[in-house]
Amino acid sequence: MSKNWPLWEVFIRAKNGLSHRHAGSVHAADAKMALEAARDTYTRRMEGVSLWVVPSAAIVASDPGDAAELFEPAADKVYRHPTFYVIPENVKNI
Amino acid sequence: MRDASLFDYACRLGDDSLILGQRLSEWCGHAPMLEVDLSLANIGLDLIGQATHFLKLAGEAEGKGRDEDKLAFHRDVLDFKNCLLVEQPNGDFAQTIARQFLFSNWQELLFRELHKSTNATIAAVAAKAVKEVIYHSRLANEWMVRLGDGTAESHERLVNGLDWMWRFSDELFEVDAVLEPLIASGVACDVRKLRPEWDARIAKVLKEATLELPKARRATVGGRKGHHSEHLGHLLTEMQFLQRAYPDAKW
Repeated sequence: MSKNWPLWEVFIRAKNGLSHRHAGSVHAADAKMALEAARDTYTRRMEGVSLWVVPSAAIVASDPGDAAELFEPAADKVYRHPTFYVIPENVKNI
Repeated sequence: MRDASLFDYACRLGDDSLILGQRLSEWCGHAPMLEVDLSLANIGLDLIGQATHFLKLAGEAEGKGRDEDKLAFHRDVLDFKNCLLVEQPNGDFAQTIARQFLFSNWQELLFRELHKSTNATIAAVAAKAVKEVIYHSRLANEWMVRLGDGTAESHERLVNGLDWMWRFSDELFEVDAVLEPLIASGVACDVRKLRPEWDARIAKVLKEATLELPKARRATVGGRKGHHSEHLGHLLTEMQFLQRAYPDAKW
């Protein structure tokens, strides 16, 4: 049976104002059942206030083999980090 | 006995939830999929939570010092007041879903009314539990459609499961001498009045699930009086074993 059921990725919003975060995956026959399976599997302990499920097949992933050209060039671009500003002491939440 | 009819009514409410919760727990580790395993166990735990509250109330109404654990684990089969539907064996997954479908749709309508009960404890438990039960009936309804309108095999299994469970549904709407005064005083819900809406809900889901309404047949009743099928005794031997063998054991 499980061989026939597609995989869905589950995203949970922990509370209003935060973004949805990937929590794991579930097997389910269709979108509605995937949402219920996600609720039963991942929100049993008050983990969230909102759920997304996305067909795993719909996710396009980068190739780990391309990591060198995709990600390594960022390693020496220190000037892209906003660390050269002096922040006044009384400014909060930056 | 401080309040015999309240004791009886609280036992009926509590035993329905307790016995079905125990039945569902039998699926734990055996369901067809991990996700299904969790969803059945979740429903079972919700039901056992409800049973804890109702049986505690029953113990207080009885006034003999029995708490919810004593009532759950040290009563014999003839003293259980659950409806016959909830003690029916799990069978296959389709049979389990058919039972849940009939029961949860009824329990949801019941708790929607009971939250207006003149008994404050019953009203509070019903108000909290109705949120759980709305989800139970939603899940059961979805599975009815998936299985009924699924493959030829799932359809056939569901027809058989529904056929097994159907004869126990009339008992849910039975009013006897215990209920009448409680209905008059606003403690209990007049379950007869739930029937039209329950019938409409069941018919709607069955239609979507491409299933026919099972043929009417002589209703099997008796659970409320303690006249049970052979299945309940077997269930209790397993559920009560530990407390019977090691009374008052704690963990």
